[in-house]
Amino acid sequence: MTTATLPASTKPSRPVRWTFPKAASAVGAVILAVIWLIPLLWALDTSLKPEPETTRAPITWLPEAPTADAYRSVIDQGDLIRWFFNSTIVSVLVTTLTLVVSVLAAYGFSRTKFPGRKVLFGLIIAGILVPPQVLIVPLFQEMTGLGLVDTYWGMVLPQVVAPVMVFVLKKFFDGISRDYEDAARVDGASRWRIVWSVMVPMSRPILVAVGIFTFIGAWNNFLWPFIVTTDPSMMTIPVGLANVQGSYGLRYAQIMASAVLGGLPLLIVYALFQRHVVRGVGDAGIKG
Amino acid sequence: MAVETPPRVTPGTPPTAAKAGTEQPWKERWGGLFFVAPFLLLFVLFMLWPIVSGLWNSFFNTSLAGVKHEFLGLQNWRDLFGDPAVWSSLKNTLVFTAMSTPPLVIIALVMALLANRKGLLGWLLRFSYFAPFVLPATVVTLIWVWIYQPGFGLVNGLLTAGGFAEIDWLNTENRAMLAVVITTVWWTVGFNFLLYLAALQGIPAQVYEAAAIDGANGRQQLFRITLPLLSRTTGLIVVLQLVASLKIFDQIYLMTTGGPNHATRPIIMYIYETGFTSYRIGYASAISYLFFAIIVIVAVAQFKLFSGRGEAE
Repeated sequence: MTTATLPASTKPSRPVRWTFPKAASAVGAVILAVIWLIPLLWALDTSLKPEPETTRAPITWLPEAPTADAYRSVIDQGDLIRWFFNSTIVSVLVTTLTLVVSVLAAYGFSRTKFPGRKVLFGLIIAGILVPPQVLIVPLFQEMTGLGLVDTYWGMVLPQVVAPVMVFVLKKFFDGISRDYEDAARVDGASRWRIVWSVMVPMSRPILVAVGIFTFIGAWNNFLWPFIVTTDPSMMTIPVGLANVQGSYGLRYAQIMASAVLGGLPLLIVYALFQRHVVRGVGDAGIKG
Repeated sequence: MAVETPPRVTPGTPPTAAKAGTEQPWKERWGGLFFVAPFLLLFVLFMLWPIVSGLWNSFFNTSLAGVKHEFLGLQNWRDLFGDPAVWSSLKNTLVFTAMSTPPLVIIALVMALLANRKGLLGWLLRFSYFAPFVLPATVVTLIWVWIYQPGFGLVNGLLTAGGFAEIDWLNTENRAMLAVVITTVWWTVGFNFLLYLAALQGIPAQVYEAAAIDGANGRQQLFRITLPLLSRTTGLIVVLQLVASLKIFDQIYLMTTGGPNHATRPIIMYIYETGFTSYRIGYASAISYLFFAIIVIVAVAQFKLFSGRGEAE
């Protein structure tokens, strides 16, 4: 007892105690979080107000009588559901194809040998430097030539070319011991089988991370779908919503209702997969 | 031990080697290419080909319909250097990059230090800081245009309530860029925050325990241990952020359409306007290449910086 109390009085005790710096950092963290949430809450708040209340001069905080009118009229106008449908198709296609094509390429570069392999890999790595934005003009010409303007494939295919994903996956595959596939090969598995039943299951966390980020990127991509679609019925949510401000005029409750509906799907996805997202950024970002 | 390992290896290798040698030498030599082929095909079609055709176009007087196809030689390139719109939009891009990068790095670091805790509070903090990042640019700009709205927007509502004069953020020349930067920081800081958070969680707890035993207080631990250990991550984040900021287009196009009076028009928007509004494909391609060159220079310079630092460590 006496020996235990002596060091405890000279040094700060080990178990968590709310010292001033600790409390201050928690309070600071919460204040920052509130600041970051306010724009989202303000959008939600506005969307629940009756239209006249949104443009009242001294701003009001909570709606006097919350109403879902704005949501009803936004959904009744119909386009939002169509855009949601388009976004889903495009994002699912982009994510699936990116994963399949990148996994195969990463395996090829990590585990097989063929003439010119190093040169090709170098070329693809150089592709990481190419900002998609510099390609919009020639790419649009190409899509016009291929007849892919205003089609899902026109939106999807250029987004599937993600050299950085090949790079990240190849590095990950390099770290997987060859013992597993040697064992599978002894059992008679082909290389094709090895990819799907050895490499893919062993790299699940990184594939989930790559998948989630590809999906978010595809869902939110603005510039390319904006350029390659002119028909409103083919637009994705980000592109379709760009025209909302003009068509709704100054009806802010409706504009905010469409913003909330447009942002909600990914907020839900993120809330569900937060653990994977946080870890995935670490895996892909720090090591890659 | 030394006797046991070789036999385990040898039975595995001869069969495959023999099989490859006798039955399918072609497949063994070129088979790997099949795995790479699907990606390669898309890479050639949708990255390599546009790069090459863009460069080709930059020597021609090509319109979007591709009707006029008159060889100009270096005319587009000469025009580019004499075009004030190229330089002013490039300046806007650089101004945006210079204004947005420091807060996007510093606030991300502060957030990571604050949110590196377990339990429900940690989860809520991580959610709040990163949530805006998952929103589409359009949703973000719809919300912020409304927030900046004169008369009854949130910011001006607070300003007038506090007795300050109202600011027409998006229509005032020296305020519009600031407004876009604030929106961008709110929207994208979450990504850098997660990079910092991952790096923080990678620092072994023993390092801090050892420091605490040596009597280092919280501030000393922060400045002598945490921040130095994060310097590599900071380098990475700065590179990624510089390149990302140079690509600015979405927010500006959606919030100000480059206005007022082209005061916020970035270089990519000028490329877009040249190509898709003025239909000058050849000229737009030449400007694209100028921009591309800048991105490559930044990336290579940073890479040099990194590898130099790697050797020093």
